[in-house]
Amino acid sequence: MRRAFLILVPYTWLLALFLVPFVIVLKISLSDAAIARPPYLPQFDWAEGIWAFLAQLDFENFVWLTQDDLYWKAYLSSLKIAITSTFFTLLVGYPIAYGMASAPPMWRPTLMMFVILPFWTSFLIRVYAWMGILSNEGLLNQFLLWSGFITEPLVILNTNLAVYIGIVYTYLPFMILPIYSALERMDGSLIEAAEDLGCSRTTAFWLVTLPLSRPGVIAGCFLVFIPALGEFVIPSLLGGSDTLMIGKVLWEEFFSNRDWPVASAVAVVLLLLLVIPIVLFQRNQQKQQEADT
Amino acid sequence: MSIPVFAPWDDPLAHPLIQFKNVSKRFGQFTAIDDLTIDIFEREFFALLGPSGCGKTTLMRMLAGFEAPSEGQILLAGQDIAAVPPNLRSVNMMFQSYALFPHLSIWDNIAFGLRRERLPKDQIEERVTEMLRLTRMESFARRKPHQISGGQRQRVALARSLAKAPKLLLLDEPLGALDKKLRQETQFELMDIQEKTGTTFVIVTHDQEEAMTVASRVAVMDHGKIVQVATPDKIYEEPNSVYVADFIGEVNIIKGTAKPDGEASFAVTWSDTAPPLTALSQTTFSADQDCHLAIRPEKIAISADKPEDAANAVQGKVLDIAYLGNISTYHVELPTGAIIKAQTANTRRISRRAFTWEDTVWLSWTASAGVLLAN
Amino acid sequence: MNRMSWFNTVSLTLGFAFLYIPMVILIVYSFNESKLVTVWGGFSPKWYGELLKNEAFLTAAWVTFKVAVASSTLATVLGTMAAYVLVRGGRFFGRTLFSGMIYAPLVMPEVITGLSLLLLFIGIGLDRGVLTIVLAHTTFSMCFVSVVVSSRLVTFDRSLEEAALDLGCTGSEAFRLVTLPIIAPAVISGWLLAFTLSLDDLVIASFTSGPAATTLPIKIFSAVRLGVSPEINALSTIMIAIVAVGVSIASLVTKYQMTRQMKEEQEAERN
Repeated sequence: MRRAFLILVPYTWLLALFLVPFVIVLKISLSDAAIARPPYLPQFDWAEGIWAFLAQLDFENFVWLTQDDLYWKAYLSSLKIAITSTFFTLLVGYPIAYGMASAPPMWRPTLMMFVILPFWTSFLIRVYAWMGILSNEGLLNQFLLWSGFITEPLVILNTNLAVYIGIVYTYLPFMILPIYSALERMDGSLIEAAEDLGCSRTTAFWLVTLPLSRPGVIAGCFLVFIPALGEFVIPSLLGGSDTLMIGKVLWEEFFSNRDWPVASAVAVVLLLLLVIPIVLFQRNQQKQQEADT
Repeated sequence: MSIPVFAPWDDPLAHPLIQFKNVSKRFGQFTAIDDLTIDIFEREFFALLGPSGCGKTTLMRMLAGFEAPSEGQILLAGQDIAAVPPNLRSVNMMFQSYALFPHLSIWDNIAFGLRRERLPKDQIEERVTEMLRLTRMESFARRKPHQISGGQRQRVALARSLAKAPKLLLLDEPLGALDKKLRQETQFELMDIQEKTGTTFVIVTHDQEEAMTVASRVAVMDHGKIVQVATPDKIYEEPNSVYVADFIGEVNIIKGTAKPDGEASFAVTWSDTAPPLTALSQTTFSADQDCHLAIRPEKIAISADKPEDAANAVQGKVLDIAYLGNISTYHVELPTGAIIKAQTANTRRISRRAFTWEDTVWLSWTASAGVLLAN
Repeated sequence: MNRMSWFNTVSLTLGFAFLYIPMVILIVYSFNESKLVTVWGGFSPKWYGELLKNEAFLTAAWVTFKVAVASSTLATVLGTMAAYVLVRGGRFFGRTLFSGMIYAPLVMPEVITGLSLLLLFIGIGLDRGVLTIVLAHTTFSMCFVSVVVSSRLVTFDRSLEEAALDLGCTGSEAFRLVTLPIIAPAVISGWLLAFTLSLDDLVIASFTSGPAATTLPIKIFSAVRLGVSPEINALSTIMIAIVAVGVSIASLVTKYQMTRQMKEEQEAERN
């Protein structure tokens, strides 16, 4: 009795507020295009039965996505931006994680807290902070002009570069933490053994440390890549009008063009794009767990 | 005046406290308990002994009510307890990990079960104080479990499980987490407390010394079955199988074929060249039946010359000597290639040792020293 | 690993500078007298005063707070139940689907979650407002709570629950008297996580809120789209300060408790 209640309550909640909405998105993505006004055709009619309903569904919204190059360009550009910024996050995050893992054990909890702290701070505010820094009259340009590196202010805000900076900045903790925990678990005597067997410090890093931190690196990359792909806030605040990211397109399709069937189709395709990295990520985590036990 | 011997298992009129009747327990394909029948009597200190995975913990968890038998009946004081949930059984358990509640003080841990019975405050107070005194933990009552040592935690766990004065106390590897010295001290303490409270104890252990020390009877288990139930001395002196003989203490097993050669006496042929051995046995063997002669190393004498009147004597070469301080074990290789272990007490200093490596020696034992086993 | 080379020192310094300088700048400029956000016009707390006079922001902040308290509390209850079912529930019909639904929202892009929930609310004719935001936030944050709580439950020594049953507890008493007090820290951090996620959320709230209910992130977003403003700087500073104080207190408390426990354990073994 008690067990059934425990299972049913969260189960029903998730079915009603996660799975059902999702089925609705799928259904609407297969409906006829219409601007803003439900009901969308076809509607399910008990009298006609399920097959008549299914027969009326079509893929015209998806065909539309392939015909209008705005959409596939947006998908491609999202992929490009997500991959590039994941790479840069790794480049910035790895040395920090390495530095943390090498710090005296006494400091580590404090360093850890300082990495997590920004995560608790509003995402929006962290993105917003860069607007004041990167704008044409912003602090970065002021500093560069003052120091004489440049004579003309650089245009950074509202470009893809600003988006990269924003993603690296906001998702950095997601990269640092898994790498740090992989490095921290590593037995220090392994490096000593490598050096004892004739490695220099650098070769020991390449031959021992890096391979052993690989699961952390992979986890970190997925944790940055997956949310970056569907990102909306960063491209809309830091990116320019030519910054195409699928999250932003979906938002505009929905709020500006008010074409919900197309917006739903965009969402379905975005999800299909995400399935592959998510499955790969799951596998990596599972392998990691198995290795631990 | 003689002290009455506590042996209800020999009394046909005694009513057992616990009866397992043809109990089986399966987990999917795996059979943990296989058609097991056993009686345990009141005031017994009953030990379940066996290697890990032999089913002893499952047996105990069925008594506590955490597992239900797949088949058969478990009776407690004559009543089937299958339908009684663990919280309503007058059976308490002391867990291997002690399972002390980390957020409660020692006092509250011990009072936990009493409070569930909604006893009046002063009764709870009285009982907890009594338990603290019994386990000599009075001065630690206000501490949390992490503020006391491992040995003290063990005592608190015992006090907590005894507080409700259960008919039956189950102890799951109660001393497993303690170091050897503390374990030996605690064994006597356990026996003392069992005697004082008069509670029936069932203990699960894989440590044969522990089982032999504390228990009134020992059940040796293997693959979900009980191989032998007997008092510790019988288990050691009269094992009923090679498995029990081998599991309890050290033993030499000599394989051969038996031939009756007198009243309860058998000649054991074990080698083509050597003369047969003589062994007494109450169980009868037919001619040429396969048998195993089990002899404890301490029952084998070692000497330089062939002893005159020994029932059995074999010659061999010293291969290894294990010096353990109080005793030495000699590994002697026979011409057949078999290795026999013989133990001698080191009553003299080691420099006066009579034998050394590669010496040729004689091993001898009496006809009643060994036990003749069919399997 | 225990080596502090110059390389490590430099990478840590630069890394933390990168993480914190933008926020420090934000805080410094919130005290700027000048309306022009990039020009320093002298120290002044006047934007904080302006902020307090801004009715719209205050209303939105109050709505956000209400939504966060309601949704995180609901999410903690549901998430803890879900975690318990996942770790202790054994097998039941549709278990795979259930665990899938727990983990999927963690990686689901917010735009999709928001869109799908909006379509549901329209479909069933639920007016968008505080209630719909609470429902939406509860749904995605209960999954985070359940991950936090289930990772604690996995390491929970089951014999503690069995001991409680053995000593006469019913199943629910065992949960209330033993399990819950012991996993309480995880449940509390789950609640805090759900609370912050709700406070922070822009995208899902934008989809599921109606004209009647605007949350603070929505308000901030529409303000900063027009550019940097000193009032937003002041607001951000207040939010950063709250988080910083909260997190430092929390980590100091845990650190103190851990060192105390370790010391007591060592003392106990010595006696």
